[in-house]
Amino acid sequence: MSTLTRFSAIPYTGPAPTNRDPYVPANAAQADARGEEIAAKIGNSAMQQERGQDMPTFVVDKNAITDVLTALKNDSFILPLDLFGVDYPQRKEGRFDVVYQLYSVQRNERVRLKVRVAEDEAVPTSTKIFKANDWFEREAFDMFGLKFDGHPNLRRILCHEMFQGHPLRKDYDPAQRWLLTEQGVAKLTPKIDPRFEDVDTDFERVTLNLGPSHPATHGTLRIVVTLDGETIIGADTEIGYLHRCFEKMAETHTYQQVIPFTDRLNYCSAIINNVGYCMTIEKMLGIEAPPRAQHIRLMLSEFMRLSDHIICIGTNLVDMGALTNFWYLFQPREEILGLVEQCCGARLLPTYTRVGGMAVDAPADFLANSQRLIDMLPKFIDDVEKLIMKNKIFLDRVKGVCPISQEDAINFGFTGPCLRATGVPYDVRKASPYLGYETYDWDVPIAEGGDTYARFLVRLEEMRQSIRILQQAIKRGLPPGPVIVDNPYVALPPKSKVYNEMESLIYHFKLIMHGIQPPVGEAYFQVEGGNGELGFYVVSDGTRNPYRVRVRPPCFPIFEAYPQMITGQTIPDAIAGLGSLNIIAGELDH
Amino acid sequence: MPVQNIEHPESIIPRKAGVAPGEGAEKGLITLPGEADREAEDLAGGTYLTTKLDTMVNWARGNSLWPLPFGTACCAIEFMSMVSSHYDVARFGAEVVRFSPRQADLLIVAGTIVDKMGPVLKKIYDQMPEPKYVVAMGACATSGGFYRVYHVMQGIDEVIPVDIWVPGCPPTPDGLMYGILKLREKIQRGEIKRG
Repeated sequence: MSTLTRFSAIPYTGPAPTNRDPYVPANAAQADARGEEIAAKIGNSAMQQERGQDMPTFVVDKNAITDVLTALKNDSFILPLDLFGVDYPQRKEGRFDVVYQLYSVQRNERVRLKVRVAEDEAVPTSTKIFKANDWFEREAFDMFGLKFDGHPNLRRILCHEMFQGHPLRKDYDPAQRWLLTEQGVAKLTPKIDPRFEDVDTDFERVTLNLGPSHPATHGTLRIVVTLDGETIIGADTEIGYLHRCFEKMAETHTYQQVIPFTDRLNYCSAIINNVGYCMTIEKMLGIEAPPRAQHIRLMLSEFMRLSDHIICIGTNLVDMGALTNFWYLFQPREEILGLVEQCCGARLLPTYTRVGGMAVDAPADFLANSQRLIDMLPKFIDDVEKLIMKNKIFLDRVKGVCPISQEDAINFGFTGPCLRATGVPYDVRKASPYLGYETYDWDVPIAEGGDTYARFLVRLEEMRQSIRILQQAIKRGLPPGPVIVDNPYVALPPKSKVYNEMESLIYHFKLIMHGIQPPVGEAYFQVEGGNGELGFYVVSDGTRNPYRVRVRPPCFPIFEAYPQMITGQTIPDAIAGLGSLNIIAGELDH
Repeated sequence: MPVQNIEHPESIIPRKAGVAPGEGAEKGLITLPGEADREAEDLAGGTYLTTKLDTMVNWARGNSLWPLPFGTACCAIEFMSMVSSHYDVARFGAEVVRFSPRQADLLIVAGTIVDKMGPVLKKIYDQMPEPKYVVAMGACATSGGFYRVYHVMQGIDEVIPVDIWVPGCPPTPDGLMYGILKLREKIQRGEIKRG
């Protein structure tokens, strides 16, 4: 049964927000207590605890950062989640925050470190401790002009070579462009892997450029390889060919206006991005979407995960010459998009969620249509499995191809199916459940080996698990009630009220003109995207625009490991491996 | 599709009002889009088609476009939907997707083009043999879309000429297909003079 009422009958009686309130996370006391324990264990005097945050947070002196990171890594914080900058031009004790976020796979907890630096100061590099930080530091340099002492290759990563200035600084004009001419394009020369340096073969060494316009690179990745015969002995990658400046755009728009930009991060599973962003803002506002909205979010997230994996498997097989699966798998995918279209009118990039709930209610036949889809999907998955899993050509092309060890995968900051393919059962939906994932009966599939074959198996099994979750969700049915919170400071009043009631008209006007104003502070929230942990770190200064939105794209560290994965392999293997990583450029390049 | 009676001043063939393609076939007459019908000329006992070579060639070109998808972002996913089973652009003769610019005559720019990609796009376009056509798919390729920001090109016509702009963010597969059909019309009317 669908109800068209977006609001419950009870009027809002809560307090009006005053926009200079500090943000107090619900778990602040817990995080503080845990932070004290960590500080005592590490025992470094250069580490000052910052209280009242959503995870244990420390302000670290820049000279001690490598020591602290090493100590934390030895104390089980082995997965580097993120490294980024935040700019506070007016602050006296150093203009920039360099923020590190680490995750402990064993203990399932997170920690945040902040280093305060002035404009001309440099931070010691942490690339020797965490391999992932190589690109993260380059990105911080590109966006903020932060310098990292001892970084092996500190050059721009997202912006082009002729770009001037550092765009995420607060004093950079968002629309200021710099043109790149063909003469300005830098030449890439990959470093030859030490394993192959002294090997003398009969072949001449050739450097080959793949991309950015290459069918296997999906449009926007550039890979330069040095070949010795057929073997890749050195590889380098260039990204940024789809740098659409999500983070700067977020700063110039209101909180609600940012939602369409999140769609375009991982455009294969857009609703998961919507959900991740909206839940971050909801966390800051201290509100929760109504049960009906949460149920719709969960169901569509799982459908989107199915669609994401279908694209990954389908296109990967096309790269290997198996076109049938692509034609075959795209049929259920169209049905999934059709379901989304029925809900909100848009197919691929729906922008369906709002802060505090959903834009509109799901149609009356939503569950029936979902059931029809769930009934037809297993056959497609089984058939594709039958088509490829006993095919010797396919197996020879994926088994042992582009492998990565478990240790390296963690050190590179892998999450999602690529990490699970190395045997680490880390899934955000299990580790820190949201939307009620903990109430469903499902398993986290893992595989051994970390090669292309393992990634295939994990994705196929994950699709089955998503179907399992969906079956239970359909059986439970949609909870009754509204789909958006009854809070006029967050959600627009319905049009019928706006036209007939003075109060609603004022709320409508206030919300359009002044936007949602979360309390002052910062929050991080993560969801399980199609490729892994998709996190949003939002800093609010109490105004209608976010002060800083940082997205933690799961693809970014995964693609960083790609040159290492393909060294020693051949070009066809590299192509097969690239498809299985499911690099989505919109997310990779922000 | 009704045939418009287009004036061809340089044509020496006398014309009548147009009929839809196919209708004239009963009379042993073949018409091409953009050509008015004529009396069948019974030469040597067979049915003949007399037309201008340009019209004939444009008719053929419009019906067998070989697209090069320059897909960078979300639009590329919808392009994939258009060529795959459900929508199936093969019905309109544009299914031979080529990834080499040397083998394609239709450049579909699907997705945001950022400044870093500008020289690449220009190079790809230059590498395509004449005649070549360009479809700008989606708001980003058309005008930069809602990315009015420091690293995004505000429309691909900053670097290459465009024949058809397809609106939408992203356009639906049917929208893109409509754009390709419009391009076909444009080619067959002989409006695109390059090459």
